[in-house]
Amino acid sequence: MTMPFYVSPEQVMKDRADYARKGIARGRSLVAATYADGILLCAENPSSRLRKISEIYDRIAFAGVGKYNEFDQLRIAGIRAADLKGYAYSREDVDARSLANNYAQILGQVFTHEMKPLEVEILVAEVGPTPADDRLFHLLYDGTVVDESRFTVLGGEAEAIAERMAQRYADDLDQRAVLEASTAALAGADRVLAAGDLEVAVLAREGGRRAFRRLSEPDLAGILA
Amino acid sequence: MAFPLYQPGDDPGPSFAEVLRRSGGVPPAPPGPVAEVTHGTTVVALRYADGVVMAGDRRATSGNLISHRSMEKVFPADRHSGVAIAGAAGPAVEMVELFQLQLEHYEKVEGVELSLEGKANQLSLMVRSNLPAAMQGLVVVPVFAGYDLRRRVGRLFQYDITGGRYEESDFATTGSGRLHAGTVVKLGYRSGISRDDALDLAISALFQAADEDSATGGPDLVRGIYPTMATITAEGFERIDEDQVAGRFRHLVERLSTPESTASMGSAPTMDGGGPTT
Repeated sequence: MTMPFYVSPEQVMKDRADYARKGIARGRSLVAATYADGILLCAENPSSRLRKISEIYDRIAFAGVGKYNEFDQLRIAGIRAADLKGYAYSREDVDARSLANNYAQILGQVFTHEMKPLEVEILVAEVGPTPADDRLFHLLYDGTVVDESRFTVLGGEAEAIAERMAQRYADDLDQRAVLEASTAALAGADRVLAAGDLEVAVLAREGGRRAFRRLSEPDLAGILA
Repeated sequence: MAFPLYQPGDDPGPSFAEVLRRSGGVPPAPPGPVAEVTHGTTVVALRYADGVVMAGDRRATSGNLISHRSMEKVFPADRHSGVAIAGAAGPAVEMVELFQLQLEHYEKVEGVELSLEGKANQLSLMVRSNLPAAMQGLVVVPVFAGYDLRRRVGRLFQYDITGGRYEESDFATTGSGRLHAGTVVKLGYRSGISRDDALDLAISALFQAADEDSATGGPDLVRGIYPTMATITAEGFERIDEDQVAGRFRHLVERLSTPESTASMGSAPTMDGGGPTT
């Protein structure tokens, strides 16, 4: 009779975490930051069709890095959950915190019980009436939730990018300044990112029920010029 | 509420109605006739040079009683389309809410808006799925109008209770006062009509419908309640503010109360008996 190999739980978890981190590091990164008039989400994404950033609800946006099919499935589930909740209760009862909790449950469940963890890092952002009310929930592949208040970086080189971002970021920047800071942080010292390499959207604090706006390539080129 | 994750082969796609059905959020049709439901009536929509005008009265009735004086029957469906309703008020408002959500949900999931034709078909499916309830008296008959961004024109769609969808080239009406309103619009309509004339024509149609149909409300000068009006153009759905609607009504009433002709003066029978007086 053959005995199955014993693998310690520590080793299993470590292997899974390494696997997920490697998958995430293969993709490009994303920066989200609050500023005076809202929240800016800026991703390095040469494709103008396959999106990393999208609208979930009136004041809530979603961003994901890593494996596209996996975070896109989470994105759609988030839209469904938010629309169902808003329909059953009221539009103002839909909030980022409960959505982030739902995502954390799914990510944690898959990480511990499935063969393969999800190779994604996601962000649930909600714009509030003032910058102090903005919420950035950063979720890791194992379901860990990090609640950030100023800016956050998703993806492979998150630490290096966050360090560069911290040097240029300040509270209450305007849109141009926060966009310049984000692109410079994503690019690093020896690269320049053009408008065509970026996917940018904002959650605008003022201006109607649906806060989500994409910045088109010509708009971006105009701001970055 | 369970987090709505589905397996790839079993995914409901971009339809919110389907997600709602799967989560058990759709009540069954009533088993027998429903009596004394609140009804809303008379909405008109017409095409003009830059798009579409929509207008609806504000009265809701239950049998012979007025149950609500300020009901809204014209709603934005999304940025470039609107929906106006007549029929059982509860299911009608519910249908509009679901329709608005359905369009927004599709746009968010797919990343692009539905075509205007696609939106009209979605509404047709909703009216069709209401048929069992309609058979019990909960009839909802909407009018859908929008600006088609691909063809650069305003378009109108009328429905019947089975979900039949009919595109109209000039104007569409629904509700109990639709015959009177329709006749007024028909007589005053010219193709390429201006925005001002289209708004006045819609107001005149509602006024005449209210004059003939007890379930349609006219302008309520005591409470300051006027019909809901909106235009849909390339710039999107825009509600006409109440002051402007009130102003146009005053203008109409002034015009109607001036004697148009004096032909009948003098030759009318008098108490003095027949024959001309000398």
